[in-house]
Parts: sequence; structure tokens; C-alpha cells
Amino acid sequence: MVSPNPPETSGGASASAAPRSIKDVVIRLAGNSQDGIQAIGGFLARLAGRSDQDVMTYMTIPSTISGGPSIFQVRMGTGDILSAGDRADMLVAFYQHSYDAHIGSLRPGGVLLYDADHVKPVEGDHRFTNVACPITTGTIEAVGGTAKDKGKNIYVLGLIARIFDLEVAKLTQLIRERFGGKNEDIVRNALLAFDAGYAWPQNNLRDLFYRFEAIDRATAVSGRPQVTLDGNSAIAYGFLAAGVRHGAGYPITPWSSIMETLRTELPKYGGVFVQCEDEIASISTALGFSYTGNVAITGSAGPGLSLKMEALSWATMAEMPIVVVNVQRGGPSTGMPTNVEQSDLMQAIYGSHGDTPRVVLAPKNVEDCFYLAMEAVRIARAYSTPVLLLTDQALSSRIEAFDEPDLKALMVPPGPDRTERPADFKPYPLDRQTRHAPAGTRIASGKYPVVTGLEHDEFGHPTGSPKLHAQMNAKRREKIKALAATLPAPELSGDASGEALIVTWGSNYGPAREALERIRAAGVSAGHLHIRHVHPLPPGLDEVLARYRKVVVAELNDEGVYGFGQFATLLRARYALPSIVSTCKTDGLTFKVSELVAGVARHLGNATLESLVSQARPSPLATR
Amino acid sequence: MSTAVATPPPPAGAPLTKKVLTADHPTWCPGCGDFAVLASFYRVLEKLQYPHEKIVTFAGIGCSSRFPYFVNTHGGHFIHGRALPFAAGISLGGDDLHVFVFGGDGDGFSIGGNHLTHTARKNVRITYVIMDNSVYGLTKKQTSPTSPIGFKSKTDPWGALDQPINPMRTLLNSGATFVARSHATQVNHMTEMMLRAARHDGFSVVEILSECVEFFEGAFDAAIPRKGGHWVLIDEKKNDGSPEDAARHDVSDELAAFQLAGQAWPGKFGVFYENKTRRTKNALEAELIAKTREKTKGATDLALLQATFAKLR
Ligand SMILES: Cc1ncc(C[n+]2csc(CCOP(=O)(O)OP(=O)(O)O)c2C)c(N)n1
Ligand code: SF4
Ligand SMILES: [Mg+2]
Repeated sequence: MVSPNPPETSGGASASAAPRSIKDVVIRLAGNSQDGIQAIGGFLARLAGRSDQDVMTYMTIPSTISGGPSIFQVRMGTGDILSAGDRADMLVAFYQHSYDAHIGSLRPGGVLLYDADHVKPVEGDHRFTNVACPITTGTIEAVGGTAKDKGKNIYVLGLIARIFDLEVAKLTQLIRERFGGKNEDIVRNALLAFDAGYAWPQNNLRDLFYRFEAIDRATAVSGRPQVTLDGNSAIAYGFLAAGVRHGAGYPITPWSSIMETLRTELPKYGGVFVQCEDEIASISTALGFSYTGNVAITGSAGPGLSLKMEALSWATMAEMPIVVVNVQRGGPSTGMPTNVEQSDLMQAIYGSHGDTPRVVLAPKNVEDCFYLAMEAVRIARAYSTPVLLLTDQALSSRIEAFDEPDLKALMVPPGPDRTERPADFKPYPLDRQTRHAPAGTRIASGKYPVVTGLEHDEFGHPTGSPKLHAQMNAKRREKIKALAATLPAPELSGDASGEALIVTWGSNYGPAREALERIRAAGVSAGHLHIRHVHPLPPGLDEVLARYRKVVVAELNDEGVYGFGQFATLLRARYALPSIVSTCKTDGLTFKVSELVAGVARHLGNATLESLVSQARPSPLATR
Repeated sequence: MSTAVATPPPPAGAPLTKKVLTADHPTWCPGCGDFAVLASFYRVLEKLQYPHEKIVTFAGIGCSSRFPYFVNTHGGHFIHGRALPFAAGISLGGDDLHVFVFGGDGDGFSIGGNHLTHTARKNVRITYVIMDNSVYGLTKKQTSPTSPIGFKSKTDPWGALDQPINPMRTLLNSGATFVARSHATQVNHMTEMMLRAARHDGFSVVEILSECVEFFEGAFDAAIPRKGGHWVLIDEKKNDGSPEDAARHDVSDELAAFQLAGQAWPGKFGVFYENKTRRTKNALEAELIAKTREKTKGATDLALLQATFAKLR
């Protein structure tokens, strides 16, 4: 097909140059939500999962219900992909507004691929390689009939597949799987659009052809296939693997998809998920499930977590196991509901009335969402305690590929333990871990226990005894300390001592690891410590933190009245080290690698490092 | 501090007697109506003879909500107003359990009002007893949602201004499938109402007027004959074809129940409404599970999750 608007890079000649080798690429697709750009990202992510490439995606959900601008960013490449990428190497702009809003995100030397039917780029802007492709007319011509421009996304998928030498057989297989259930015409149209897109570069682009570096096979070890999914799905499946068969919730972005998944999946497993009238009822119902010996989950975002706080205190007092997911978003109040933030940490740890020692875990990436969901349930059961799983909006929706979990080894059987309890059974023994006798369990003594939010003696009877209150407070505290003593040392990367230690929790893991590499490449000795067990903290950290001149805690919340983010505040209180400082931001977006490098440079007063940040790094796609 | 008394355990399967069911001595004020409710509940359990370990007595917060400490069954004392959603979790998490919830008018109609509506509309298999004293007892005499206009409380020293709710109308409106009303001075009637409620397959509620002698003395005298009041029972339809039967109350007639609920104070006592056809959430969820598992042909949990992950490759 001949392009009516020959692209600037093309001399009209057919492709000749050999594809250039690249390590990874960040592609940003910008259009409207109804164009199905999420689907392109999904296909690329799934393809990477089925190939040698690693992948990470980043998506913004438009705040309007349907229609309206929407973007999807995918980064794929060889080796570990740790973050979604600061800036794009390729921008695919479907409309003028897409171009206007996102051209600034393109790295110098990057490729602007735009729909020539809708976009007019600024004349004389030579920073990028501009490719004008008639995406709309190309799609219409290829598909024909009444479909109009439906299928543009698949046309673009074809373009990308050709430019980056992606595996066509696997992609077309994915298209068949995706549309297969629908009528045959839809599959046929999709494949026509794909083929047209795939064919276009051959005659229109001369040297914009790339190929990913071959993977170092020695590092690919697990032998298990890769799966591609988002963080919320990973949490839901982690709960299923952990033997959770009961839950309750109330909808709120970005938590809802966890409850939707569980509501849909649980009946298959003989379980129940209840949609309640509000978050208070949700946690209450979940606690009721747990009381029957079926450890249950509930969840929400920040506003809903606030509503659960009174019942969470009860769970601490009554020593009732429960897992509460909090998918953090921008706050306070309704805040920025579709943006990421980590400002619920203090609420998660301390948000309830009374002394409520409890457990807070934060997954570092999508894969970790699965494993920490399992870990949360394990801890809740073992210590008969509430556990909060603190994830965030970015993790909830982004798609990553990772090794399929070894389910055969991991699956935990569900169900209550209703074996008869001996005559000396006490619900709240002072010298032992509480293990409730679920309702339905015979007690040999014939004396049945009461679970209660009143301070109580070992049998659950209310007490006003100051001595017992102190003893029971100690019991509830000591079990959390006992858990802390068993926690593994957190992951420490880079130098074991030196100028700076970057400390992160939650989804900042990836960008911080990349930032560490850049900082060390600049000759600065630095480490990165990532903490998944946020509360209680694992043992031995004081010794680690003391080995660095500056401990830079990077988190997505406000620096507060005293100049420190929430986790930094806790670390300063816990370790009393003046070297602990903060790098915070609340722009609703995940950390860019460059922002973290800049944060460290500022705290070290290292001008060289600082200048490194301001240097624009050309895209690997640059044609020189 | 009270401790468990060292009595020899009853042999498994021994009949449940008041002695076996008695736990801590109630902390209520002498003369409190709640004592009679407790005594009736023992009688109900004696009649029902459920397996001891399958009975759950649960409550929120209030004087009346102290109930579970006084009954030797599995039980719990939750937070103010939220006992019903907790009990829904118990009922749906252990379908073989017999779940009883006790609470006050503040607990049920004020802070827990929305939970009442939603647990009722879901028709979760629970028996709920509201011990209505028309005052906040535990917190010492504030206006409650059922306090009559003019009632002098610490929050309305000049007399309550706000329109009280009509408990029967509220319960009927919520979608509860069994709604009855009784009085703590009528032990036999109370026992019968609770017994019928317990045997009802669904969300059943009995509102019991239970006097707080400390903060609202004489609140329900209008229904106590020896204090000059009128104790009038609902005349239930017997379906005996007799001419007088036509005028009797049909408990399956929701409109008639609303009419009864609108009668002037102190109104009538008995079963206002019973719907035997609406299915419980317990049954609906069980059916959903059965149908779903039919489709998956009883695949193991491992096979199910493996299949899910296989689709994500
Ligand atoms: C969240 C919360 N708010 C307020 C209270 C205080 N409080 C305890 S019981 C109660 C009202 C009790 O009235 P009712 O439910 O009618 O029970 P009664 O004591 O009259 O039996 C109140 C306001 C509480 N425990 N928790
Ligand atoms: S204050 Fe009233 S309701 Fe509470 S125990 Fe005393 S009499 Fe009963
Ligand atoms: Mg009351």
C-alpha cells in the first residue's frame, strides 16, 4: 500500500537496512478510550509474556466514564524491566489532542508515529523521527464494509509488530484467542487490519526497524511459563491460592476489580463474596466469616479504609484474623481517585483508636501482589491478627509478565478447624497464641467462648482489671513482635555501605532499582533497600541503615509538617538516625527514575549527579 | 472479674437445659426488662434442642447487647450497631449454625439502621431480637430513635422533639420476612414469638418492649393490664373457613401488616408478617455455587486456579 503522505524518513524506497538491536523500548499509545488502545497494550504484554521479552505497562484510566483521552504505555525488552519508563521512545498519536498532550513525553531521537488522517505535527520540529501513517484510512481500506475505523488499534499493533520484529505467529494467535469467542467476521477483520498494518512499513519506512537483543538464556531459569496480569488480579488469585473462600466489600476505585474477580471466581471454589451496603458492613461481614473459621478478606481504598477503622480495632482486641486490602489512591477525601499515592501508610498502621498493634504488608510489583496476598493470609491465621495489604493504584492496573506460580506447591486448603477443643480451652490464654474455636466447634468442657471487644480475661469475660488490661495489651503487642523476629531480611541491592541508601516500600521498587544503577554508574557508592513487611519492620535494619551517609526514603506522599514522608517519619522514630531524609512527591504519578536520582543528588549535595539528571538521554531508537 | 465455674461438662448429646445454658450472672439493674427476655430465650433453646455447639448468640453494644455473656453458647460482643452484618458473615460462613442477635433500639434503629435494612432485604438466615426500651440505657438516658415526643432525656431535657420511628413499619419496609412484636412482661408470648422466629427460614425479627427501670420507668405500661393498660393480641387467621376468620389477620398479607403497624399506641402484639416464599441468601448462594460447580464439573481448587493461570499465559 502506498502512503498518501510519505513519511519524512522514507525515500519511497523499500526497507533495506538490517534491523538495529535494542535492549528495550517504551511505547506510549495515546488516543481515546474507545479506540481500544488498552487492548494493544494487553496484546504486547501477553506477547512479551509468551516470548523472551520482559514487560511492564502503565495505564491511565480516563476519569470520564467512557470516551475521552486515554493512554497506555508499555515497556518491553530483554532482561528485567523494573519500571514503566520515564519517557517514551515511541509515541503513537491517534488524534491531534493526543499529539499535543504527549509529544512532551517523547525522548529526543524518539519516533513519533501519528495518524496522518487526524494529526498535524508542529512544522520544523526535528527532535524526533516523524512517521506519518494513514492509520484511519489504512484500517478502513483493509477491513472495508461497515466497520468504519474500528480495528485501528489492531492496525497499529501490526505496525509495531513489523517495526520491532515481533513474533507474528504468536500475535495472530493472541488475536484469535481474544476475538475467537465472537463471530468469525470479527476475527477476520482483526486479522485483515493486522496484516495491513504489518505490511505498511515495508514500503514506507527505510531504516526504522529494530530487534530486541537475544536473551541470556542462563538467566532464564524457572522453566515455568510466563503469565501476564495486573496487580489486582494477582491479589485476588493470591487469596484463592491461600485458601480464602470468603470475603465482603463495597465498590470503590481502584479496589473494585478485586471484589469483582472474587465475586465471580469464589462460587467455583464453593465460596461466598458478599457485596455489602458499605465498608463498615463489609469488614463486619468478613469478621463474621473469620469467626466461623473461614479467614476472610475485605478491602477498599483510603476513604473506605477509614470507615473500617473501628472494626479493625475490634479485630485487634478480639484477636480475630482478617486481611484488609487497601488500594491507595490520591487523598485526602475523594482526592485524585484514579491516581497513585502512598499516603495511607500511617492510617494503615495507626488509624484505629486504642493501641492496635497489627501487620501491614506492601507488595513491590505485580508478581509480589500474588505472593504477599498469600503471606497476608498466612500471617493472619498464624497470629490471629488483622493484616493490611497496602497496594496502590499503579500496581492495581499495570500489567506485568512473571513466572507462573507453582500452584501445586503453594495451594493452601481452605476450611475451618472444627475439631473438638479440650476442656482447658481458653480463647485468650496469656501464655499462648490465641487460636479461636470457630462457631460450630464442640468444647469438651461444655463452656463456650465469647469473642469480645471489651477488655477480657483469658476466658473472654469482661474485666475492669488494670493489671489484666496491661497484660492483654502486652500479649497483643508481643505476638506482633514475635512475628517481626521471624521476618526475612529485606532485599538490599548495590553497595553494602556508602554515600547513599535509597529506601522504598510498595510500588517504588522498580524505579528505585533503576535509579540505583544510574547513581552507581556515575561513580557514587549507593545501595537500595526495599521493605515489603512495612509493619512490623524486619529485624537488623538499624545496622544496615547506619552504613550509609544518607538514607533517602522515597515515597509518594507529602513531606508533612516536619519535612518527612510517612515512612521516613516512622524510620526516624524507630532508629533515631539523623541521616534519614525524605524524597516525596504527590503529583499522582509513579516515580520517574530521574526524579529519584535527583532526590539522592540533592541530599548528597552532589552536583555531578545532579547534572546527570538534567542531561537528556537520547532514545535508543534514534537514527543518529 | 468472673471466671468459668468448674462444673462437670455435660455428656455429648445431653439435653440443653437452662442450667447448661446459663453463663455469667447478668449485670443488668434489678427489675430491668431484659432479664425476662433472657429467661424466655433459655426456654426457647430448651424447646429447640439444637446441638449446643451450633448455637451462636451475638450482639452489638448497649445494655441489652450484653446478652451473649449471659448465655453459654458460642457468641460474641461486637461494636455498636454492626452486629447484623457480622452475623450475616456467621450465617453465610457456617450454614449449619443457628445465629441469634440481640440488641437495643439505638443499636438497631439508629447507628445500625442501614445494616438492618440491608440484612433484611438479603434475607440472611438470622433471628434478631430487638430489646426496645425507647432510651439509651448503657449511656444513661439519652433520646433514642423510639423515644416518644416529649420524653425528657439528658439530650432533650425539655422533652424529645423528633418524630420517633415506628419499629414495625420500619421492619416491614426493610424486607424482613418475619416480623413480630412482644412485651417483656409476657414471658409465654415472648417465648412463642422467639420460637416462631427461630423456626422461620430467613431473616426474622422480634421487637420486644423491654422496660428500662432506671431511665424510662413505665414506658410500656400502656400495654400492661395490671397497670391499667391493654394487652391486645393479633387475632391470626386460622383458615378454618369460619365466618369470623375473614376478619382475622393474614400474616402473609403485607398491606394488612402495615395497617396493624399504623394502629395507635400501644397497638397489638403478635406476628405482623411472615413471608414463607422468599428464598434466603443462604439458599441463593448455595444454589449459585451448585450451578457453577456443575459447569466446572467439580474440578479441584488446584485445577481451577491452574486453568485460570493457563489463560493468562
Ligand atoms: C461507635 C460508638 N458510638 C457510641 C457508643 C456509645 N454507646 C454505647 S451503647 C449506646 C446506645 C445504647 O442504646 P441501645 O442500643 O438502645 O441499648 P440499651 O443500652 O438501651 O439496651 C451508645 C450510644 C459506642 N459504644 N460506640
Ligand atoms: S440501665 Fe436500663 S436497660 Fe440498662 S440494665 Fe439498667 S434498667 Fe436495664
Ligand atoms: Mg435502648
